[in-house]
Amino acid sequence: MNTETIPSESNVIDKTQRVIEIRNLEKSFGDRRVLNKVNLEVFARENLAVLGRSGSGKSVLIKCIVGLLKPDSGVIQVLGYDVPSLSAAELNELRLQVGFSFQGSALYDSMSIRQNLEFPLKRNLGIFDKKELDDKIMTSLKEVGLEHTVDQKPAELSGGMKKRIGIARTLILKPKIMLYDEPTSGLDPVTAAEINELILEVRDRYHTASIIITHDISCARQTSDRIVALINGESKLNGTFEELKATHDEELERFFNY
Amino acid sequence: MAVVWTRTNGEIFPQLSNIIFDRSHQKPHTRSTTHNMLLARVLLTSLKSFCMKLTKALTNVATIYRFVVRFFKEAIFPPYEWRELLNQCFTIGNKSLFLITFTCFLAGIVFTKQSQPSLASFGAESWLPSLVSQGVIRSLGPLITGLICAGKLGSNMGAELGSMQVTEQIDAMEVSGTRPFSYLVVTRVLAATLMLPLLVMYADGVALLGSFIMVNSFNDSSLVLFFNEVTASINYIDVTSSIVKAALFGFAIGIISCYAGYHSENGTTGVGKAANTAVVASMIFIFIIDLIVLQSLNLIR
Repeated sequence: MNTETIPSESNVIDKTQRVIEIRNLEKSFGDRRVLNKVNLEVFARENLAVLGRSGSGKSVLIKCIVGLLKPDSGVIQVLGYDVPSLSAAELNELRLQVGFSFQGSALYDSMSIRQNLEFPLKRNLGIFDKKELDDKIMTSLKEVGLEHTVDQKPAELSGGMKKRIGIARTLILKPKIMLYDEPTSGLDPVTAAEINELILEVRDRYHTASIIITHDISCARQTSDRIVALINGESKLNGTFEELKATHDEELERFFNY
Repeated sequence: MAVVWTRTNGEIFPQLSNIIFDRSHQKPHTRSTTHNMLLARVLLTSLKSFCMKLTKALTNVATIYRFVVRFFKEAIFPPYEWRELLNQCFTIGNKSLFLITFTCFLAGIVFTKQSQPSLASFGAESWLPSLVSQGVIRSLGPLITGLICAGKLGSNMGAELGSMQVTEQIDAMEVSGTRPFSYLVVTRVLAATLMLPLLVMYADGVALLGSFIMVNSFNDSSLVLFFNEVTASINYIDVTSSIVKAALFGFAIGIISCYAGYHSENGTTGVGKAANTAVVASMIFIFIIDLIVLQSLNLIR
């Protein structure tokens, strides 16, 4: 298994190193096929946006990538691990290297922001020293510009702030891959633009590869190096924003026209 | 034009049958053929519905079985969640203490006051402490504590885990490699199993204290005399069975509530349903366990 860290400090996409590779992925729920022969690959330090309408299978796709859902067939290789065949222990090992930012932030609402950020540090890295915890928490919060919220509860924060804290909580474990599930949904355009900038900053600072699941065309344009369009569960088009805009696919044209 | 028969011909819903099968364009069947077709359709629909319900029930049984097996597997093998277990033990004990004190104290008073006239009519009023102690320790204490905990802890666990499930908090723990099952489920079930016996012992003490106050008001007996009578009338099996029963109640409440919460779906409606299922199913299982333990004890005795 290839679990090497992504080497260079440069932010140039390393096309020789595939960090995620998906081939012929299929997933059905009952009679309904949600993913149908999906193919995509993500290279080191690349931001890939998966663009599609609601219900097109985008969230199912990233849940398959982190092993939350088991695909019916197909290959999912993440950092060299064959995800569907991993044991629980191996899956946990992989998940420590993959950050997942949920659509609804998924902050633990019974805990304060400090406790939310402490939780993965204590449980995954076994850090219990108060000073070390404080340092890491404050650094992480500073990176998303929300250090003043440290003693607040998630219910006291706005949607955009929750998204930022959610990203800070995943970044605290220094992942090699970031998965963003609808990072700008439900946000006003200004806050959405701030989140888009944060996604780019994360890539530049941590040299992560990312998949950004979105139905927001401006989010896909601002944050991605490449876009894959997921239409009715199929990965149909693959290219830069301009390349996709130049295609005459009916479904995509509707995205660009709205 | 739909053919209309009347009840006098022995057909109950011929118009409906024509509407269902849209036979307005067809020549009318004989009465018996149409009747048989309708009957066959109804039977087929019922059979299909029954099969679907049976499949769903069997799937649920399999899921519950896997859930329980997973609990034992993660409870027995490390890593253990000591810190969270202690936290849950404190929360469970702390949450239920006031309610248990209040209800068991009143139950002791009421039970004594209701038993006194019956015993007095036989001239056996001096047996009141023995009767109350056996009633409280064998049945009343564990049952009241179990039911209160089913309501208080069951709804709490079901709703808490349910809301964590529908807001993807459990998924967030899963993807960050923090073993949510061990952290959320195992600790809660173990804490309920460990704390219920302690709460039952406390509840027994409080109920007996309430009983003493009533006995004292009837015949001015002393606390020492009352508790001498109480301890003389109960034996080792009574106390042990009460503790075992309480542990089983705790396990049932914990596992049922956690299962309901952990598998909740459909947003906020699902959370309410999980809390409801947790309470109702826990209460039913408390009575079932009570009956099983009683029958087992009768065999031992």
